[in-house]
Amino acid sequence: MSTLSLTSAFSLLLKRDLVLAYRRRAELVNPMLFFVLVTAMFPLGIGNDTKLIEAVGPGVIWVAALLAALLSLDSMFRSDYDDGSLEQFMLSAHPVSILVLAKILAHWLVTGLPLFIVAPLLAVLLNIPASAIPTLMLTLILGTPVLSLIGSVGVALTVGLRRGGVILSLLVLPLFVPVLIFATDAVKTAIVGIPTTAQLSILSAMLVGSLVLAPMATAASLRISLS
Amino acid sequence: MTASSTPSSPIAYEARSLLCIRDDRILFEDLSFSIEPGQALVLEGRNGSGKTSLLRILCGIRLPESGELLWDGEDIFKLGPEFHEHIAYLGHKDGSKLDLTPLENLRIARGLGKAREGIELEEALDQVGLYGFEDIPTRNLSAGQQRRLAIARLLITDAKIWILDEPFTSLDRKGIEHMERLFEGHLNRGGMAAMTTHHRIGFKEEIQLVRINLSER
Repeated sequence: MSTLSLTSAFSLLLKRDLVLAYRRRAELVNPMLFFVLVTAMFPLGIGNDTKLIEAVGPGVIWVAALLAALLSLDSMFRSDYDDGSLEQFMLSAHPVSILVLAKILAHWLVTGLPLFIVAPLLAVLLNIPASAIPTLMLTLILGTPVLSLIGSVGVALTVGLRRGGVILSLLVLPLFVPVLIFATDAVKTAIVGIPTTAQLSILSAMLVGSLVLAPMATAASLRISLS
Repeated sequence: MTASSTPSSPIAYEARSLLCIRDDRILFEDLSFSIEPGQALVLEGRNGSGKTSLLRILCGIRLPESGELLWDGEDIFKLGPEFHEHIAYLGHKDGSKLDLTPLENLRIARGLGKAREGIELEEALDQVGLYGFEDIPTRNLSAGQQRRLAIARLLITDAKIWILDEPFTSLDRKGIEHMERLFEGHLNRGGMAAMTTHHRIGFKEEIQLVRINLSER
């Protein structure tokens, strides 16, 4: 197979998933709405203790982002599994890991990117100083793709189970923890005004590592789930 | 494609002593056969005798417990995607996206496989009797029309072997006859097929059928 037809298969699949997401946009809003609601409820629950809100702010945003990602994961392969499209992908003349990468990218564009876009507003709500908002944005743009990539392996393993939701959370949440730790630490450090290069480098390393490894692991897991 | 596809040795799909176990039950063991160009393998047997499992094994989706599958003399699991460009699979599920139109579904199917030269997507839809339905969401088509769309998918790739699991489900009598002509066309072009069906197949006499009954072995 030539490289050209592989790239066209990649973009075809990416476009397909975006079109499908657009045609079912009501479901699309769910993760973002969850993210906004959870973060917006915190200041109301804590009261007018601005010091405390400021201290928990980065953690709240990131925990909400993580749970929103988890909430949206199941939809990554579910409908393709149910209607038989997944079997067709596995029988494609192209490497499955590349096709999987297209699906993960589409999933992130639809569920991860909106979180990144609304985050500055929520940061203001949680009293995070303006100087730390760029760092928060950076952690989100580096961290949320990692969540989608790692999550895809878990989803691929559980897609064949009738009720895989709980197992998926147990499987995937521990792997999300490093992202959570380094991302919130980066934001907290930025609030104090110390450089955050170290944490951001580690997040970038996680992104690169999962970008290379996750699609292959996902392709293998899908093969197991279907056989 | 491969060097050995010379006229003297036509490409064959060969299965050697396959064993399939499902839920601790042996569905079939020591099953060997080969399919050559122009031939169709027809699987028969009771419900639950392993017809679908065998077809999924032939696709490479499911692994046999033991045994070998050779495409043109090479193990299909070693060939991987290189083998996949030769097969088109029509399973129980259509594999079409209900939110997309028939045309969009076919475009994706063509992109995933190795496109066949000289056939437009509209032409393939016309051949299965879906002309005029190309821009309607697949969800709004009837069950039989959705099955026809799945069959159209077979026509647009360059696959040599068609693996068909109950291809005639929800088709009307006329539709079945029409699809049989399409399958014959594929076999006459030197294609191969492996299929299960509860319907009595009305292929023309010159088509060579290899029948295997899984419940009488």
